[in-house]
Amino acid sequence: MSPLDSPALRAKLAGKRADIRADLLLIADMIEPDSRVLDVGCGDGTLLDYLAHFKQVTGRGIELSQEGVNACVSHGLSVIQGDADRDLRDYPDGTFDYVVLSRTLQATQNPREVLDNLVRIGTRAIVSFPNFGYWRIRRDLLLQGRMPVNGSLPDRWWETPNIHLCTIRDFVEHCSEVGIVVERALTIGADHRARPIRSLRSANLLGQDGVFLLRREKA
Amino acid sequence: MTSQDAHPGIAHRPAGAPTEAAAAPAPSGALEGLPGERVVLGAERPMPLDSGLEIGPFTVAYRTYGALNETRSNAILVCHALTGDQFMAETHPVTGRAGWWEVMVGPGRPLDTERFFVICANVLGGCMGTTGPQDLDPATGKPWGPSFPVVTIGDMVRAQSLLIDHLGIERLFAVVGGSMGGMQALEWAAKYPERVNACVPIATAAYHTAQNIAFHEIGRQAIMADPDWEEGWYQHHGKTPRRGMAVARMTAHVTYLSEQALHRKFGRRLQDRQKPSFGFDADFQVESYLRYQGSSFVDRFDANSYLYITRAMDYFDLAAEHGGVLADAFRASPVRFCVMSFTSDWLFPTSEAKRIVHALNAVAADVSFVECDSDKGHDAFLLLEPEFHETLNGFLNGCCERLGLPQGQLRPLDQAQDPTRDRVT
Repeated sequence: MSPLDSPALRAKLAGKRADIRADLLLIADMIEPDSRVLDVGCGDGTLLDYLAHFKQVTGRGIELSQEGVNACVSHGLSVIQGDADRDLRDYPDGTFDYVVLSRTLQATQNPREVLDNLVRIGTRAIVSFPNFGYWRIRRDLLLQGRMPVNGSLPDRWWETPNIHLCTIRDFVEHCSEVGIVVERALTIGADHRARPIRSLRSANLLGQDGVFLLRREKA
Repeated sequence: MTSQDAHPGIAHRPAGAPTEAAAAPAPSGALEGLPGERVVLGAERPMPLDSGLEIGPFTVAYRTYGALNETRSNAILVCHALTGDQFMAETHPVTGRAGWWEVMVGPGRPLDTERFFVICANVLGGCMGTTGPQDLDPATGKPWGPSFPVVTIGDMVRAQSLLIDHLGIERLFAVVGGSMGGMQALEWAAKYPERVNACVPIATAAYHTAQNIAFHEIGRQAIMADPDWEEGWYQHHGKTPRRGMAVARMTAHVTYLSEQALHRKFGRRLQDRQKPSFGFDADFQVESYLRYQGSSFVDRFDANSYLYITRAMDYFDLAAEHGGVLADAFRASPVRFCVMSFTSDWLFPTSEAKRIVHALNAVAADVSFVECDSDKGHDAFLLLEPEFHETLNGFLNGCCERLGLPQGQLRPLDQAQDPTRDRVT
């Protein structure tokens, strides 16, 4: 019996959706059923598992850590060991309906190229990242003078893999500069609730994470 | 490639002493008594070879484990490595040792014989019952010897496809193989994509590297330099190039291991002595071990087969067959792939596995790729590596789920049951 079929996991997936990270749940809600999805930085495959069982998607994953890859493959998911910086180049244009990059963009060497690849490989890309413009981060930097450590950024400065942090404003402006259309934009607050972005100023202040549905501007 | 000869107690044998009674490689007649199945193929129409020649009729010797289900959808073909053979999951009838993949094939193992019909055939050019250079050339009534046609990985797979036809199997659930077996698995997926549901190439590459060709050439030169090789006609002279074979095997064996594995097993320890002899006896345990590996190999393998099969690996280059673009070998492939490599394998390193994965990504094939952590070198794929077995089991379960076949859970082997425990690990 596959671990995917274990009653325990099914109960976990079916009964308590809150067990999935709030941003993953938002991402899953953006994905149409029966589509083809590439999850870049798929970790232990939680999102792919969820999508396979609740949205009947054909899923693929890329994961850097060996433990993550082994966990995924031994759960029957199609996942390769690799990273967003190197391994996206190989995929042809339009291979997937959605390419997902959740909380990984800030850890890539070349986020600009990665973003380009996401909207090239996928008809749509879904990107989430911790918002460095979040008010608590600004407050901590201002009052304590320390690098932020919070739910979205759990590591201290010397252990964090995050090398290209940005704010929601930075991200939205970058998309517009490079011809990427933002189809949907949400923030997640400290209360784990999602809110659509209406005012960039307040979203950039109140959102702990940003979640964006993107596509390439039609030529 | 495998180094499947266990070393029975290094500490108890005097160094330099002959380790095994001299015995000529079994002529084809002596193989008649081997267990397992045989089929004559290419009888009505000879099978074309990549060299432009053709062969037929020829014999394929194979073993099957488990039972074919009603829909004939649970067949797994295992492709063996350079010196492997069809006796993968049972005591070997010639050596008396455990089958080379008993840790992988059997009840409660990843290739679960309670759920799958597992097939393994001796390769074309081999020496364990399938037609090879030591067998009689029907044209002359004498052993083929060096007049046997050069065969390729493609020819081996073509012969296997005729066997699968003969077994009445339209589509294989999976083709699995390590090392040269992995090359065959890739060739299957490239040549017969509609006949393969899943392909598992392990510790392998899509072409043989210059370094690997170089090691093979050293082995071949050692055999050909042995006066008893007789330009390949040793059977006609009632001889065996034992020393050349032993050296070839010793060289190859080192390439299957890792520095860590050799150090752990032998270090610089001396063999049955307190201090060096200041001579060229096997002072070191590692020397004694290699001499044993070399000499025991002769008794189960034919020298010309070794030349032909190493050549087949050298010629393998899947990209070259597709205009230099490996991805073109897998365009629009419906096959699910699970590529696996081992961290300490320097013969077929992870970088080669990644080339395969990149090519598969470039055609958006369904591919999983896992690099298993092991310090046991290339041979890791033959050994009890729980993480490797768990991952493969999970991949096959995922494939079963899609086809509606029963899934299985591994029953762990304990160390005492591990038939590979005597190997250098």
